[in-house]
Formats: sequence, structure tokens, C-alpha cells
Amino acid sequence: MADTKVRKAVEIDPNREPIVVVDDLHIIYRVYGAGGKGNAASAFSRVLRRESRPSMTEVHAIKGLSFVVYRGEAVGIIGTNGSGKSTLLKAIAGLLPPHSGGVYTDGQPSLLGVNAALMKDLTGERNIVLGCLAMGMTPAETKAKYQEIVDFAGLKKGFIQYPMRTYSSGMGARLRFAIAAAKTHDVLLIDEALATGDAKFKVKSKRRIEELRKEAGAVFLVAHQLDVVKETCDRVIWIDDGMMHMDGPADEVVAAYIEATGK
Amino acid sequence: MSHPERLGSSGGESVGTIAGPPHVSETLADYAARHGLKQSAARPPLRKYIQDVWARRNFIWAFASAKNISMYTDSRLGQVWQLLTPILNVAVYYLIFGVLLNTSRGIPDFIPFLVTGVFMFGFTQRSIQSGSKSVGDNLSLIRALYFPRATLPLAIAVVELQQLLTSLIVLMAIIFAFGEPLTFNMLLFLPILVLQLMFNIGASLVVARLGAFNRDITQLLPFIMRTWLYASGVIFSLPTLMGPGSKLAQYPWAADLLQMNPAYVYIELSRHVLLGKYSDYVENTLNMQHVGQLWLYAVIWSVVALVGGFLFFFRAEERYGRG
Repeated sequence: MADTKVRKAVEIDPNREPIVVVDDLHIIYRVYGAGGKGNAASAFSRVLRRESRPSMTEVHAIKGLSFVVYRGEAVGIIGTNGSGKSTLLKAIAGLLPPHSGGVYTDGQPSLLGVNAALMKDLTGERNIVLGCLAMGMTPAETKAKYQEIVDFAGLKKGFIQYPMRTYSSGMGARLRFAIAAAKTHDVLLIDEALATGDAKFKVKSKRRIEELRKEAGAVFLVAHQLDVVKETCDRVIWIDDGMMHMDGPADEVVAAYIEATGK
Repeated sequence: MSHPERLGSSGGESVGTIAGPPHVSETLADYAARHGLKQSAARPPLRKYIQDVWARRNFIWAFASAKNISMYTDSRLGQVWQLLTPILNVAVYYLIFGVLLNTSRGIPDFIPFLVTGVFMFGFTQRSIQSGSKSVGDNLSLIRALYFPRATLPLAIAVVELQQLLTSLIVLMAIIFAFGEPLTFNMLLFLPILVLQLMFNIGASLVVARLGAFNRDITQLLPFIMRTWLYASGVIFSLPTLMGPGSKLAQYPWAADLLQMNPAYVYIELSRHVLLGKYSDYVENTLNMQHVGQLWLYAVIWSVVALVGGFLFFFRAEERYGRG
């Protein structure tokens, strides 16, 4: 039977409507970093010998994941650092092309990440406008949403006029979340976007996620605070070293995870 | 054809037993397709892509303005540099080519001639150089948000257009200071600007794709650009070099080739339109009637570059996040 194989068959529920299908997904990405001797002579001899850059390594981050997510589900993704959680979200969002296999979605997925890029030399004000326009809003919609975003981010008075490089990490995260949450999304992917916020903001953002979940087809959440995952999600996928370890109801998987990691 | 029974009420269990792992993946892809799900990282059809880019036109403009503003935030003089940079450029070129080397060779009003060349060439040069970095420098933005990637090189071209418009204030001031009368003919400068912008966008889309996958391009480009500068008649007049008895007159094919050079085409056209004395000098003293030909080249280059560049960039759309 198939269960002796590493990759198990995916169960398909014919009565529910799928919104995300991940099909035997492999992600390999290249990393360029400092490496080699770093002088011109060694680099030249390397080119002559037709070797590839020593500083370039290939990382096999996702090794054959398959699962189906249905409309209205909130899926938590847990695993240790470097297990491929963020990579998986990026792949679902279409930001990392698959090496083999595929990710199929209904509508354009949106990723809320910690380092969702905003331009750090620009004021918070300008970042809001640029962010909204990049998400495909019209200038009129941007204008209408502007005050809502400012209120939601709840920055200290005057900070909205300062360049974003002067923000603390928590303030930056709040503004980014506020911008991204201003739009309804078909598939919403949240990657640790709430980790740096303070207690008050966490309550606020949890409520907003609930709202977004009702409007969105599906929500994915990557978080290290297991209580947050348990509260927000009804299904949890546990990834280990880029492979599926467990997939099931939130309580069960989180309990098994806590046991395995010895918390 | 085999879908219905595979996806019957028995669900996934039977799928697993009927088919081994390779068939499971097939089934999942078919299953996704049947429910109208689309590949997440796939590139959209060209028509849809163009619509998407057009829908982000406000983003392009806002991104360009923001880039322009943030460019000088660290300096004390701030936005004054937008005006000071072209003025200083002119001063340097005047000192070297006007005073020290005296390259004017009978060209009337050498300074406006030089300044037009330097500004118009700089427009294309900077578009291409920053275009080559437009994907690499914005990787975090590309990985964070989904948007058509072609908006980035497009925004870069708009940044350069905005910079050029400031420079043009300096240029016009110089032209009028040299006693050039204001004529209707100068209105023709606008279509030249549009054509050159189209060419710049196309060229910058091409180097954006090259630069995205091969960073060595950005190291090489300055040298290519400098060679191009000397071949484009920026600091000297190509028509002067093509006069009877000159070396270029013996090799007409070389002269033809030089005249097809897009940078030369846009610069020379601008000079003909803006500098009445220079135009007069080329047409009557040197007896060269090539303005019509220049217009033809200008239109061909801009259309070919824009369409070709866009298609070239588009064909790698889904791969820009990688690496």
C-alpha cells in the first residue's frame, strides 16, 4: 500500500471546494553569499576551469509536499526554524517558482510577511499610498482606506510623517500589517507578521484576521506561538525538514508537536 | 477520461490504492484544473499582463516620484541637487571640451550643442544603467507582493524622465541665453522626447532581464555606455566628421551605420529642433539633408525597442523572484 512510501496519497474530500492545491512541490533556491578566497586571481582561475561560484549553494527547502486546502479553512503551519514554513508560504503566493510539482490556487494569494518590503527612506504616509497602489487599488480607494490604515497601525503621534527607517521593528510591523490588511484577499498568507507587535496590537490584529478569514477563501498562518495557532486555526500542518510530518485538527497536531519538541 | 471514477465518492483512499505516487500527482493537478484553480507562479497571458501593467500605472508614477524624492534625502541641500547636478555637469564639460580642448570645430554656439547632447544621452544612459538593477535592487519587494514585474523598469524610466524634465529647465535657459529665438519648431521636441522615452523603456526592460539573472552585466554596462557615448556624437558633431574629404566619407557604410545609432538619432534630432543655428549649419554649410531620415529611424527604434523589450522581459516574468 501507499503508506509504506515516504509520500502518502492525499485524501480528497469530493464534497468541498478546494482553494489551494499543493501537488508534490519541490522548491530549490540558490543562495549567493561570501565564499571562496575572494580575490580576483582565484575568481579568474575558477572561471577558466568552468566551475560555478563556490559561494553559490542550492538549498532544497521543500521536498515533495502535497495537500489540499478547502474554502473557509484556517491552516496553521508549524515546525522548527528552517523547516521550510516561510518558503512554503512564498511558494503558495507564487513568489518562489517551484522546481517541480505545482501550486494551484483560486485567485491571487497575498502574503503578509515580517519583511514585506516597504521603502525605508520614505515616510509612513508615502508607504501607505505605495503599498495600496502596488496591491492594485485605485487612487480613490487608497484615499478612502488611508485613515483606516493610520488608525489601525496606531503609531505614536507624528510618526506617520517620519521616514520608516526611524521606526522601531514593532512599529514597522504594525504599519505593514495595517497596509496589507486593508484589502480583502482570496487566499491570505500570514508569516509571523504579528510576532513583534505589543499585546494591544495582537488583540486588534487577531480580530482583523477573523474578519479577513470570513471574507477570504482561506487563511494560512505561520507562527511560533502555539497558543496563537491553536486559537486562530482549525487545521494544522507540521512540516519537518521540508517534508510533511503531520496534518490534522489543530489540537491534535499541536499536542503532538509539543510532545515531540519536549516543551 | 478516467477522472469520474477516480474521483467518485470513494475519495482519496481509492486514488492511493489504484495509483502509485506518480499518478497521485497527476490526479492532483487534474483535480485542481477541474476546479478552476490556476498555477500560482505561472505567467499570465500577454493580454492580461498588459492590462495588469496598465492597471498599476498609478503605482508606477507614485513609485517613481517616491524614488526621486528619496534620492537626495540624506544631503543637506536636498532637492536643490536635482537642479545643481545638471548645472555642474555642464560646467565640467564646458571646462574640458569648450575651454581646454576646444573641440568646437566651427560648430556655432558650441555650449548649447554640447549641453543638449550631454542631457539627452544621459537620459538614455541612466535609464539603462538603473534599469539593469531594477529587479535586483527590489528583490524584497518582488518577494513580498505580487505585481507585474515590468512595472519596475517602467518606473525607473519614469524616474529618469522626471530628472530630465528638471535638467531641461537648465537646457532651455542656456539655449535662450545664447540668443536662440522661440519658434514653433521647438514643439517638435515633445514627440522626440516621447520617442526617446519609448526607446529607453524598451532598452531598460531588456537590461532588466539580463541584469536580473546575471549581475555581471551591471559591472560591464558603464564601459559599454562610455563607448556608446563616443560613438554617438555627444561631444562632437558627427555630420562635421562626415564632410567631403574626411575619412568617414571614404567609407559610406560606416557613416550610414553611425547614423542609425539610436542615441545619435535622438540627440541629433533634438539639436535640429532646438538649435536653429546648428540646424542651419548642418543643412546649408555642410549640405546634409538627413532630418527626414532621422525621424524615420527614431520611430523605428522606439517601436522596435518598446515592443521587443516588453516581450523579452515578459517571457521571464515568473522567474524574477528566484535566486
